[in-house]
Amino acid sequence: MAMLEVKDLQVYYGVIQAISGISFEVNKGEIVTLIGANGAGKTTTMQSIMGLIPIKSGSVFYEGQNITKTPCHKIVTLGMTQCPEGRRIFQELSVYDNLLMGAFAIKDKKGLKEDIEKIYTRFPRLEERKNQIAGTLSGGEQQMLAMGRALMSHPKLLMMDEPSMGLSPLLVDQVFDIIKDINNDGTTVLLVEQNAGKSLAISDRAYVLETGKIVLSGTGKELMESEDVKKAYLGG
Amino acid sequence: MLSTLFDGLSLGAIYALIALGYTMVYGIAKMLNFAHGDIIMVGAYTILTTLTMNGHPIIGVVAAVLVCTVAGIVIEKVAYKPLRGASPLAVLITAIGVSYFLQSVAQLIFGSKSQAVQLASFGTVKIANAEINIGTLITLVVGAVIMIALTLFVKYTRTGRAMQAVSEDRGAAQLMGVNVNKIIMITFAIGSALAAAAGVFYLLQIPAVSPTLGSMPGIKAFAAAVIGGIGSIPGAMLGGVVLGVVEKFALSVPALAPYATAIEFALLILILLVRPIGILGKKRREKV
Ligand SMILES: Nc1ncnc2c1ncn2[C@@H]1O[C@H](COP(=O)(O)OP(=O)(O)OP(=O)(O)O)[C@@H](O)[C@H]1O
Ligand SMILES: [Mg+2]
Repeated sequence: MAMLEVKDLQVYYGVIQAISGISFEVNKGEIVTLIGANGAGKTTTMQSIMGLIPIKSGSVFYEGQNITKTPCHKIVTLGMTQCPEGRRIFQELSVYDNLLMGAFAIKDKKGLKEDIEKIYTRFPRLEERKNQIAGTLSGGEQQMLAMGRALMSHPKLLMMDEPSMGLSPLLVDQVFDIIKDINNDGTTVLLVEQNAGKSLAISDRAYVLETGKIVLSGTGKELMESEDVKKAYLGG
Repeated sequence: MLSTLFDGLSLGAIYALIALGYTMVYGIAKMLNFAHGDIIMVGAYTILTTLTMNGHPIIGVVAAVLVCTVAGIVIEKVAYKPLRGASPLAVLITAIGVSYFLQSVAQLIFGSKSQAVQLASFGTVKIANAEINIGTLITLVVGAVIMIALTLFVKYTRTGRAMQAVSEDRGAAQLMGVNVNKIIMITFAIGSALAAAAGVFYLLQIPAVSPTLGSMPGIKAFAAAVIGGIGSIPGAMLGGVVLGVVEKFALSVPALAPYATAIEFALLILILLVRPIGILGKKRREKV
């Protein structure tokens, strides 16, 4: 049984259909990537899985449980969360308070200190700047904070929506290394990326989304070698 | 001079307590709760009822806080929650409807005439040659303590942080596991309890209640929230104090006294011209 199973998902914005019946799955331990051009519906897919955008029809199963109509805050307590597009850290809170917010769903506060230490070990920059107001962090630091914050809820499945957006090439490499690390530590990852080359390289499997439909799927390697993908997403 | 300042500060504390409800609800639920001022009236009638049943004034105060808190929660649940996601205009009109509803119910039960509410009478103390009413001092001190407590609550508790998070980015807060409906309910509860406290202090200044009691302080506190920067908690406090002091000083000058309210709203317009987001308001960030 897949960890996350999306069946015939349809999502509308008013009368406009953004997702026209897509089905895919993510197995425990995998890194799965959704690639697609701007406006293909990647963010919509992730947001609707998390219960932030209403689903018109179709269903979403997480660990065998139907979560199609489950509100977002409950899904988080089940062990799935999202590092959203554009980072969306709490700009007016300190770095430390952002991390505390990440642990909001964790009822048992005993391990909190240790969890924060772990985040600081993974992202030393965040420890240096723990009392800084998050809105004043650089773009790269904000991305680190967004990932650290998401990890604070101990997700079993973490969705990341364009984590490399707007970062310098060096930082982009670092972000992909961190995603691999997170996955090696046992977190299943569903990734959305514009950077198709780098994301396919670390993915077990991937799906190609075009205007609300899945047009191609396969292992990361297969898709990297596919002529269509090369032409449309890998610049040749 | 000094006594005018004290009067102004204590009136300011009243406005600030009410303004906090407007500003917190605006920040977190993204709506203008125009029925907020009427909660003061609900509290005042609760006190009147307690006193007519020979209840101790302290019991009246506690009852007012409880009744207002529950009223705030019920109003949110019945009138506003079904409109989550509706157009802001629909919500605004509903809030105005709730305001009229509360006033009409009060009129039905208590009649439209103003009734005296003698909560307590205080003497005066001399501070640097000025006679200061003890009720004024109590308002000032208790108001300040409440506001400090609120600030600490918002800054240092789990729920307080969640309130800040929802106010800044509702979706991101939900991704942290925050139940937004619950946070909105808590916000209404706190805002209404603060309005009840403001109502108590208001009765110490003007010991009478009528169904429209909440309108004027409500509108002025809304102005205070806008002056301070709607959505900002310190802004509401500052705006309230500024408006209270301006009002009392205007009233203390015979030539200006008839225009006190006009001066306050002129100040609102002036500040909005110079700084449309209010003194401590924050610019809305563009979402990426
Ligand atoms: N709030 C909204 N209201 C109306 N239409 C929307 C809304 N959000 C997204 N859309 C539309 O839905 C479609 C899918 O958008 P979505 O944000 O999911 O794309 P995306 O694949 O994440 O794109 P990008 O790579 O640019 O982030 C687009 O056509 C977009 O214009
Ligand atoms: Mg997107």
